[in-house]
Amino acid sequence: MIAVPFLICFPFLVAFILMFVKKPEVQGFIAYIGASLIAAGVGALAIGRVMGGMQPIRMFYETKAADSVIFGGEIVLMLLVTFLCFKYNRKAVCLLSVIPTAIIAAVEFAVPTGNTDHICVDRLSMMMCLIIGVVGSLIIVYAVGYMSGYHMHHKEVKNRSGYFIALLFIFMGAMFGFVLSSNLIWLYFFWECTSVCSFLLIGYTRTEEAVNNSFRALWMNLFGGAVLAFGIFYFAYYMHTLSFSEFIKAGMAGNVYALLPIATMAFAALTKSAQLPFSTWLLGAMVAPTPSSALLHSATMVKAGIYVLFRLAPAMSNTTTGTMIAFVGGFTFLVASLMAIAQSDAKKVLALSTVSNLGLMVACAGIGTPETIWAGAFLMIFHAVSKSLLFLDVGATENTLHSRDIEDMHGMLYFLPMLAVFMFIGIAGMFLAPFGMLISKWAALRAAVDEKNIALLLFIIFGSATTSFYWSKWMGKLISHPHSEHFSIKDVTRKNETVSMGIQAVLMVLLCVLFPLLSKVFVDPMLYEMFHTSGRVLSQGLLYMLVLVICFVFAVPPATYYFNKKVHSNTKLAYMGGINLGDNTSFVDSFGEEKRLWMSNYYFANRVGIRKIMLPCQLFAAAVLIVMFCIVLGVTL
Amino acid sequence: MRMKIISVILYIVFAPIIGGLLDGIDRKISAGMQRRVGPPLLQPFYDVSKLLQKQVISVANAQSFLLQSYMVFMVLTGAMFFAGSDILLCMFVLSTAAMFLYFASTVTGSPYSTIGANRELIQMVSYEPAVLMACVGFYLVDGSFEISRIASSQLSSIIYLPGVFAAFVFVLTIKMRKSPFDISTSHHAHQEIVKGITSEMGARNLAVFTITEWYENVFLMGVIGLFVVNENPYSYLSAVFVILFVYFLEILIDNTSARMKQFKMLEMGWAVALVLAGCNIWVLMLIK
Repeated sequence: MIAVPFLICFPFLVAFILMFVKKPEVQGFIAYIGASLIAAGVGALAIGRVMGGMQPIRMFYETKAADSVIFGGEIVLMLLVTFLCFKYNRKAVCLLSVIPTAIIAAVEFAVPTGNTDHICVDRLSMMMCLIIGVVGSLIIVYAVGYMSGYHMHHKEVKNRSGYFIALLFIFMGAMFGFVLSSNLIWLYFFWECTSVCSFLLIGYTRTEEAVNNSFRALWMNLFGGAVLAFGIFYFAYYMHTLSFSEFIKAGMAGNVYALLPIATMAFAALTKSAQLPFSTWLLGAMVAPTPSSALLHSATMVKAGIYVLFRLAPAMSNTTTGTMIAFVGGFTFLVASLMAIAQSDAKKVLALSTVSNLGLMVACAGIGTPETIWAGAFLMIFHAVSKSLLFLDVGATENTLHSRDIEDMHGMLYFLPMLAVFMFIGIAGMFLAPFGMLISKWAALRAAVDEKNIALLLFIIFGSATTSFYWSKWMGKLISHPHSEHFSIKDVTRKNETVSMGIQAVLMVLLCVLFPLLSKVFVDPMLYEMFHTSGRVLSQGLLYMLVLVICFVFAVPPATYYFNKKVHSNTKLAYMGGINLGDNTSFVDSFGEEKRLWMSNYYFANRVGIRKIMLPCQLFAAAVLIVMFCIVLGVTL
Repeated sequence: MRMKIISVILYIVFAPIIGGLLDGIDRKISAGMQRRVGPPLLQPFYDVSKLLQKQVISVANAQSFLLQSYMVFMVLTGAMFFAGSDILLCMFVLSTAAMFLYFASTVTGSPYSTIGANRELIQMVSYEPAVLMACVGFYLVDGSFEISRIASSQLSSIIYLPGVFAAFVFVLTIKMRKSPFDISTSHHAHQEIVKGITSEMGARNLAVFTITEWYENVFLMGVIGLFVVNENPYSYLSAVFVILFVYFLEILIDNTSARMKQFKMLEMGWAVALVLAGCNIWVLMLIK
């Protein structure tokens, strides 16, 4: 079982090496090797587990040396955060790092706890490792090409791309550690590691806006971590164990000492997954270069929160905590999709859609039944691949067009065909039937009805309508006729970016086609591990119907396309009341002069824009969370 | 299994005929309401066959294949419905079909077509909540999304779902693009913005669009009937009466109201879904 320590430690090693290498070509080379080895490592782990029968394994019961390293790492993180807080004059924030570290130190040294397993490899962690390893490696491959392009036309930003890529590796190592840990202190350390990494990545460009946004991300994530640290202390003090599985079991049994810690962990997961009221950090993180947005917001960091909530799901089902969490998740799903309608900045749309999808996953976890976890797991898988593809594509588009406004992507299919096709596939994967999101919505709707949860039902139903609106209008933009006939743009997307995106597009298509297999072989057994009940979420008949629909979606458009290619069509000019100038791009105005035709989408910024509804929604969500904690504290004390 | 295949084949073959007849009845009754004689009953068939005989005319070459994909997915939706499959999945496939229609309008780059396409999206957002509520209502009452189970329940679903039914009939006006909700395209007037998504559909493409509308109408009437049918075979007779009544209601609403603003339509569609359907479902959740 060398694969597990390899996956956790090797990325840190690569990052360390990258810090000392200065030449960009060598940096790129090392990054490719590192990424491939990590992907291979994940593959080996997966194959090894499948051969070994996929039983959960627990390892590393005696860990004095590793514990010291981890504690040392926590001190390093605390010092780093304190130093940067003082450097940028935000002294209060460092308290959010110092106090929790002190609490954890107290747990480590003052509270007696037994020796339990520190690493657990079961199906859920396997799934997370696959997502992190595969999508993360593809993003690193992309990042090498992207960063050189980025610095070529952002000359004002100091070129620290070696440091940037090193941070990406540290991030991956921390994420592996996070999903494989079954000890609460290790979990906490890797949690803080990801918070600090995202802080450093967001602040990469060192502009005033970047610094502001990175500190916002830092304090929100540290705040969640601080609450978590308190919860861990409380649990360790009363239950004398630091085992994550004991934590879950205590919660499932309704143990009163587990109630508050579970609420704190769920709260921390909400901050990490940028749910209301903590969504603004994710939106602010868009100032960072694209690979960090892709890594943070699709493949890894935000999924950390969801991973924790999935672990907690059996302990949360039918409890106050679970209901409140599900409510906040559903509310975020609806409201974030409303705000996405009003956005024309592509990265902001992607960020808001991430928040929205995470809301749906959080709601699934909060309800905590096998059905909803099934739905949530597929949402997570599909979201990871398609969102990462979309972010990478938008990044490449920005490098080429020097704009990431959706309105500038009008007719992109005609002047940047490859990027437009990938974007189309990515967006289709997000919401179009019969792709992943759809089947998760089906299961989530049914689960909401089964649980008699009217609020969640309404959130999903209305949220589904708003979600399809903002995605559809983007898709429509891509295939429209361009505004100008004489658009010649040179596509500067590098080879490695194209390869990375291509692999992800193929992966997405494969996921759609193979998802029944994935369900039977992987997700259903995973649910059994978590809930100890078996049963299919989707009936056989429905699965066959889905496969049929998928086949139609893949077969019909190309078939009709080729059928019509041979048919001679009489092409006429678009109707413009008789004043079309002859090329569908301009017309004659009432003064007899030429006017360019310009068409844009609906945005409704003054009805559902961020400026209008973010603050009321944050207040409402905060109120719900305060109520949740009051109830939990009332029962506990 | 054999019944399913027979139902699907019957749908594919007869739905355009029934749809066209419904269209003809619509025009005849509308004419009567407007004190006109109106066209012959079979006029829609004459129109479509004339359109099919014309050259293929389009503004963008992609229109043809997108509209034909739209038709195929609409037929798939209806086929899945009449084969007794999952109603929620039917609605999702219907939304995929609607996407192809939206693409067919956007790809032209024509101003009126694009305006119509934007408005079509607003129409979709307006009716989707009530449609999903209908599916959820069926699940709540009959314990399954399977249409074959719903159609063979003991009591007609409409008894438990009056609010949901009312909301669905309300958004039916939006779905069928009848005044006051003929916002993305209108059957009557022939002005630019009003013609919307069909502005740039000519000749054969318009024929494909019209035939698809017929398939869609038969499907929608089928959903109306689903509210009424139960295990008793006589319920199918009452379903036909209800369908004809609802269709007449749509014609009546069409002829007696003026076109509304699109955001009013959105507000009303959502309000109806929330209040009528939402309260119905909430009450059902509480008492079941």
